[in-house]
Amino acid sequence: MYDSLEALMTRAQSTGTPVWQLVQADDCREQNITPEASFAEMRGMYDAMRDTLAQYDGKLRSASGLVGGAGEKMQRRRESGRLLSGGFLGLVMESALKISESNACMKRVVAAPTAGSCGVLPAVLLSTQRELELDDAVMVKALYISAGIGGVIACRASLSGAEGGCQAEIGSASAMAAGGLVFLLGGGAAEIANAAALALKNLLGLACDPVAGLVEVPCVKRNVIGAVNAVTAADMALAGIESRVPPDEVIDAMRAVGRAMSASIRETGLGGLAATPTGARVRQKMSM
Amino acid sequence: MKLTDIIGPVMVGPSSSHTAGAVKIGNICRKLLGEPPARAEILLHGSFLTTGKGHGTDRALVAGLLGLVVDDPRIPDSLRLAEAAGLTVSFGSVDLGDDAHPNSVRLNLTGSHGKRLEVVAASIGGGRVRIEQLDGLSANFSGDYPTLIVHNLDQPGHVAEVTSMLQHKSVNIANMQLYRSGRGQDAVMILECDQEVPRSSLQWLEHLEGIRKVTYLSLMEDTDDV
Repeated sequence: MYDSLEALMTRAQSTGTPVWQLVQADDCREQNITPEASFAEMRGMYDAMRDTLAQYDGKLRSASGLVGGAGEKMQRRRESGRLLSGGFLGLVMESALKISESNACMKRVVAAPTAGSCGVLPAVLLSTQRELELDDAVMVKALYISAGIGGVIACRASLSGAEGGCQAEIGSASAMAAGGLVFLLGGGAAEIANAAALALKNLLGLACDPVAGLVEVPCVKRNVIGAVNAVTAADMALAGIESRVPPDEVIDAMRAVGRAMSASIRETGLGGLAATPTGARVRQKMSM
Repeated sequence: MKLTDIIGPVMVGPSSSHTAGAVKIGNICRKLLGEPPARAEILLHGSFLTTGKGHGTDRALVAGLLGLVVDDPRIPDSLRLAEAAGLTVSFGSVDLGDDAHPNSVRLNLTGSHGKRLEVVAASIGGGRVRIEQLDGLSANFSGDYPTLIVHNLDQPGHVAEVTSMLQHKSVNIANMQLYRSGRGQDAVMILECDQEVPRSSLQWLEHLEGIRKVTYLSLMEDTDDV
């Protein structure tokens, strides 16, 4: 697994190999499998993401009763044509809500990179596929790019809220989605890395403060901001706007910020939103 | 770490540690028991206790005991499935101490043919787990390898017996640990292997003098009860 976005992108540029193929080759070495087997595995992940979205049920409620039905509300508003943010972003928001609500309601999801952040990447990728009418094979390649970015973050920092706060989960998912999206829009290696940096930078410092320790509040709606942030980062990168801090340094900064965070805002359910009077009441109700 | 640990696994939500990891712990316990469980006392510790209800940790552990895997959509129904499969489950709390991982559980299991097993396990993040104790003695393994656990009297020769058997069967040892409760008393060896250990070799081991119990975690698929 690559431990540097710069190394990955430089390699792509110097060898003329697409970024997704470098990530795939690395996976084949690691798992000792053929490119075809690796591609089939990744395609299975994409299919599973699509299934989660398709099987969303707006009537479901989570164990605490706090989560459910938001994706359906967003869909109604989008279909009414009255969303200020427009049809595409509306679809991204709706998909992120639906997938992460499904997770909170014990449905089948793809952890990407985690279950708590499982709505970001599919919301961006599935909405883009629909908008641009792309075929599945291209989408799987984008998924490789996202996985490559996630791999670098895992090596240099962390993908776990308990270690790095929400920035490590939603922030990482957003960076992964931004890079994949740039690829789908025709961007090159440098723009992919740049988009990942922009997305992660904008979510640095995000606390993991779930109410009653559950993957519900604020996780479901944080998936929305992660997905929308990925779209804006990709658009900025493709406009030629650069992150002034290089991608690897942004990831290192994320790690440092995670270390500086108090344990109360690293998935313990003790600080932030979890420590509000409302949060305390929910915790009381949910203790076993 | 594999690429499908970054994008993946496919799992039933909501939490990789509290749900998927709990299913995996249940799976490993079922395999270690070596027969379908008939009774399970499940004692939750730390965050498993305080947030387990909201994360479905209870249902996930039972699903694992029934042989369901992490992406089985029946996980939320596992308590009902357990009844149908003849598995009696009870839940409680336990304080395993400050050193225990916050996501820990103790399971006291009885199999359908009377085998008994006590396991302490932790879900350490991202769906990965660690078995911390077996029948009261320390352990430390992930369940990612075929794992042979031998309880024996602490006396010379038992490690050699086990390792020469593995050599004879062309099984390579990936990791090996030894623990004992005291000099000349109960000892345990844990061998994580790169290949499966043949059933017949396990039976041979069980009959050796000084060997008290042989437990084996196979990674081969087993059929579930439900």
